[in-house]
Amino acid sequence: MYHSAVWAEPLLNELEEETRKEKYTPASGLPGSLQRQEPVPLPTLDETQVVRHFFHLSQMNYGIESGIYPLGSCTMKYNPKLCEEISRWEQFALLHPYQDETTVQGTLQMMYELERMLCEITGMDQFTLQPAAGAQGEFTGLLLARAYHEANNESKRDEVILPDTSHGTNPASAAMAGYKVIEIPSTKEGTVDVEMLKNVLSDNTACFMLTNPNTLGIFESDILEIARLVHKAGALLYYDGANMNAIMGKARPGDMGFDIVHLNLHKTFSTPHGGGGPGAGPVGVKQKLERFLPIPRVVKNHQTYGFDYAHPDSIGKIKTTYGNSSVLLKAYIYILLMGGNGLRETSEIAVLNANYMKKKLVDSGLYHLPYRELRKHEFVLSCDQLRTTKGIRALDVAKRLLDYGLHPPTVYFPLIVKEALMIEPTESESKKTMDEYIDVLLRIAQEDSSVVKSAPHQTVVTRIDETGAVKNPILTWKTAGKLKETDI
Amino acid sequence: MQFIPNSSVKTKLFHELHLHDINELFSDIPNEIHLKHLQLPPGRSQQEVEDQMRLLAGKNKSFCVMPSFLGGGFTPHYIPAAVKATLSRSEFYTAYTPYQPETSQGFLQAIFEYQSMVAELTGMDVSNASLYDGATALGEAALMCARITKKKNFVIPENISWEKKSILSNYTKGAGITIKEVPYDTKTGTIDLGELEKTIDTDTAGGYIENPNFFGVFEPAVQDIHTLLQRNQALFVVGVDPLSLGICKSPGEYGADIVIGEGKSLGNPLDFGGSTLGIFACKNQFVRQIPGRIIGMTKDHQGKRAFCMTMQTREQHIRREKATSNICTNEGLCMLAAATYLSWLGGKGLQQLSQKNYDQGNQLRTRISAIPGFSQVFSGAHFNEFVIHCPDAAKVHTHLLQHGMQGGLLVERWYPKLADCMLFGVTELHSEDTMTRLVSLLKEVS
Repeated sequence: MYHSAVWAEPLLNELEEETRKEKYTPASGLPGSLQRQEPVPLPTLDETQVVRHFFHLSQMNYGIESGIYPLGSCTMKYNPKLCEEISRWEQFALLHPYQDETTVQGTLQMMYELERMLCEITGMDQFTLQPAAGAQGEFTGLLLARAYHEANNESKRDEVILPDTSHGTNPASAAMAGYKVIEIPSTKEGTVDVEMLKNVLSDNTACFMLTNPNTLGIFESDILEIARLVHKAGALLYYDGANMNAIMGKARPGDMGFDIVHLNLHKTFSTPHGGGGPGAGPVGVKQKLERFLPIPRVVKNHQTYGFDYAHPDSIGKIKTTYGNSSVLLKAYIYILLMGGNGLRETSEIAVLNANYMKKKLVDSGLYHLPYRELRKHEFVLSCDQLRTTKGIRALDVAKRLLDYGLHPPTVYFPLIVKEALMIEPTESESKKTMDEYIDVLLRIAQEDSSVVKSAPHQTVVTRIDETGAVKNPILTWKTAGKLKETDI
Repeated sequence: MQFIPNSSVKTKLFHELHLHDINELFSDIPNEIHLKHLQLPPGRSQQEVEDQMRLLAGKNKSFCVMPSFLGGGFTPHYIPAAVKATLSRSEFYTAYTPYQPETSQGFLQAIFEYQSMVAELTGMDVSNASLYDGATALGEAALMCARITKKKNFVIPENISWEKKSILSNYTKGAGITIKEVPYDTKTGTIDLGELEKTIDTDTAGGYIENPNFFGVFEPAVQDIHTLLQRNQALFVVGVDPLSLGICKSPGEYGADIVIGEGKSLGNPLDFGGSTLGIFACKNQFVRQIPGRIIGMTKDHQGKRAFCMTMQTREQHIRREKATSNICTNEGLCMLAAATYLSWLGGKGLQQLSQKNYDQGNQLRTRISAIPGFSQVFSGAHFNEFVIHCPDAAKVHTHLLQHGMQGGLLVERWYPKLADCMLFGVTELHSEDTMTRLVSLLKEVS
């Protein structure tokens, strides 16, 4: 069982010994208005102290190698070591983005082939690897939709429709791209309300954004009808690929009728999350949208690879250079390792694992599964019964899991499920690990509510005062230091 | 199959679920779109894939075998082994965004330290926990200026990279912001102050300058620019190369409201332009308008110091379409690299490194512009990048390449006015020998 080390680790500035500040000699030759006059205010430490400090911090952080990490919609799967190792080779890591193309043929070939692989996996015609993360992929996709409608003299299309189960980034990206957001409620089945969709689709609709399977883990079985309706209205259909781990080799967004797709390579394609990035959010499109894709495009002429900037209709750039290159490289290696058959099995087992955990937990009668039964790679349970009978909330269950050395699932999402626990085991977990997780969840539901509600007890810190953090923001050590002085 | 433990116990799980065939779990997918298989090669062993990747790697020429003098906002820097070792801790690199603070205290504290150091360096009160890169940070800064001032014009100089301009335009289109571009003084390479004065008015939401700018040149008229913007109730946004701040004043000292920058040079590899780090810092009064994640210090229920994500009501997962930005995943690990790198360097180390880069830049510029036919294009003081007019830039480029060296960036493509010009970049990584070799190769073309 995972136990965090407990270090009372000082802040970097607290590690520094008080010494007399050395006199600072300003650099000569700089314009006077820019010449620094004071020493740089960073702590001066020895490498020994720095390495030990960050080592201590690392020991107070749960990673995928610590154990199961079943955050729903996050696809926390194992990150193969080989991908990491190769991405650090200097032939890949020490390349300047503006090097002559003849000297980066290996990386260009990787990018070109990765685009083709992603086209095959999603059923799209063309891909760009530029976006840095899923949300940036969404934003790129919506800019493409905008360019497409403008080119068709349909600039008046200023609405984006999405279901209430959508990820928060969907409406946020739509708003950033200048669209009005129309959110439609889901049916009792937890799927898109097709009648409702019909009512809101109009010649003002630019795009309908959908995650399939959706965030409840339910496959939108009406997808072909949805695609027909969206296209009939002259709008585009957007695929949020956060849940692609459910359907690789089983079905493809391109075949479902989606026009624009983004993938999260840091989810489905096993590149590590890095504690919040860097990620990669490549965007795929159908042929009719190709001319709007960001520049440069990666092209192949005979056996030579290169960048092509000659696309006058392109939306231009969305991120500097060509994307988070090392992330692209790791995903490429992962796909080579898995192959078409391996990716298909990945999705099959991810779905099998989720349905297994779901069945065991629901059969217990302690957790409740709203909406349709058959799920894909994730499922959303409700703790509402625990709340009404024992006053235990989803957050309490999550915190109590920490005491058992387990990482909690995503909580309170999607918003339409009361006291939601959103669980995604991925294909990385063994039956044994899942059984342990199930046992602990069942045990927590039967524990004394006071123990659960005051959890966690075994972690490096107990439950954190997040409200206090908002009321009195302390965002730097300078502010923290000032407050300390006033306390005295 | 590798990486799928339950591959071998499928039947056991089938039995538990009363399944006969895996496809029963996919029965909700309409028949018309059921896929039989992917047209991709079958999976291969790790050894085979490693061999294949070696072949691919052999088609790249890294900085180690082909020294490069490329500028353009990306320059190679030494990365201490201590930084690499810290980043190799899988507790850090395999973690998700710290949604569960009690089990993510390590990363949260590191982010808090990063925010603290960025605030110190930039002279700002607060920093966020990173954006994608310096260019998207500019886009977010422009949006933030418009939100705060309720005005719609944003002023930029011509002397920033074309990529930034394109990204800025994409980020601000939706909000209806107009970008106004001010030309540069062709003699100095700095922003044309007369033109700037004509462009900034009471409709200006914010104005942006870079120190140093795309040509490597410092913008010295910061006080005038600040006064001009302030007079028009517009915000002052400054872009920095953080490595220059060891010898340069922090933008906070000359009145910046928001400081952004590309932080990749702080401990991250060139990575063909990936592994970027968007620095974003601002004054306290704007904190609730910041895009992206922010980590705060607080207490746990027993009064012990603790860290957590804070002010989340600005963010997309709570506010949806009303969020200050759509950003979710940021550049966590690149930020951790920066935190480790800055603490490894310390204040004195950063000062020395800044000075070294400044000196290398000026030394190499002097040597190149002494070669007949090669001349310095801009007279303004510069950092570690500079623009040189060559006798025939394309020929210079090819000649260097033939001799195993990558010269400066051919900037004519993006700045047609700068025909036959190369943007050189040089850092602490370039040895005396390498620079001498460059100079002799250039002499052969002159």
